[in-house]
Amino acid sequence: MYDGGKILAGLAAFLALALFPFWEPAVGGRVARPEPKIVTAEKRCVRPKAEMRQSHMELLVSWRDSVVRQGQRSYRDPEGKAVTMSLEGTCMRCHPNKAEFCDSCHTALVVAPTCWECHIEPKERA
Amino acid sequence: MGDDRRSFLRRAGWGLACLAGAGSATELAGAFLRTEEETGGGKRLGMVVDLVACAREEGCTKCVEACNAVHNVPSLRDPGHAVKWIWKERFPDAFPDQEAENVLETVTEKPAVVLCNHCDNPPCARVCPTEATWKRPDGIVMMDWHRCIGCRYCMAACPYGSRSFNWVDPRPGLARPSPDYPTRTKGVVEKCTFCDERVDAGEPPACVAACPARAMAFGDLSDPKSEVRRLLRSRFALRRKAALGTRPSVYYLV
Repeated sequence: MYDGGKILAGLAAFLALALFPFWEPAVGGRVARPEPKIVTAEKRCVRPKAEMRQSHMELLVSWRDSVVRQGQRSYRDPEGKAVTMSLEGTCMRCHPNKAEFCDSCHTALVVAPTCWECHIEPKERA
Repeated sequence: MGDDRRSFLRRAGWGLACLAGAGSATELAGAFLRTEEETGGGKRLGMVVDLVACAREEGCTKCVEACNAVHNVPSLRDPGHAVKWIWKERFPDAFPDQEAENVLETVTEKPAVVLCNHCDNPPCARVCPTEATWKRPDGIVMMDWHRCIGCRYCMAACPYGSRSFNWVDPRPGLARPSPDYPTRTKGVVEKCTFCDERVDAGEPPACVAACPARAMAFGDLSDPKSEVRRLLRSRFALRRKAALGTRPSVYYLV
């Protein structure tokens, strides 16, 4: 093989780069899992906690469509309690700590929801 | 046997015709048998503005201020960037098709308060490519700012100039944003929504509630017993650019 050393070295470098996500945790240690801080006054959320963790964005989108498009603003939670569907009025009233609650996960997962381009974050309420 | 090609085709043809007929019948029934939720109970929300009473309060802008405060409508320095939901317009500009020289000076020489007409036949909703604006079953011409892509077709279609585009970020134009209502963002069209959030809660629009002259009334135009219909029976009323066939739901008593 001509230039065997160079080819093998190049291949090794390529594999090292391509497999970076797999070996990086072993070298750099595990990244801490973000723990959103919950400071709610209410005892329970409108949906079970596990479900909210996984699919709160789907609930928010369905609330948005229901309020804006159908003019239907009341949501019945699993225990039959009526809740007003409102990001600022309901969600953020319970979770006013946006930085610790929303942003801690969103930043770690590099997702950038556009909610706050229009909706007013609780920290601006003063 | 006994089934030749001709009779088979004939019977197949009849079968298809019956199927098509059943389809149309279901469609027709669907059009007539709408639920109350879909038709809004036959409601058509509208507004009546008494121009004479309004003109008596010289220079009053209480309705405009109330609306701007409730809905986070920014005040921006550049008039080219202005965002307006409700504002005062010279009478000849608001009603360009009214020949009103030397007539009814108490009205025609005073500014008229103008807003989205919530047309029964809204041209803006018809041209919107994303259904970001549409007519609700109760007659409110609504906007979904989540869906607006900022193409401004609706602004071209609206004959009343009732829609504004956010050329710049509106937040710097808001001294004290109301936390209960979202602002809009750069690149989105906005307009009056007849205070859908207040109407859904059973309250009148903010401008109506704020008017010190009680020159504005809000209600169901399709209910003959409503306040708005009573007012319309009492005096002569105009609608802006009625000849265009948009059927505005905002009436002006003269």
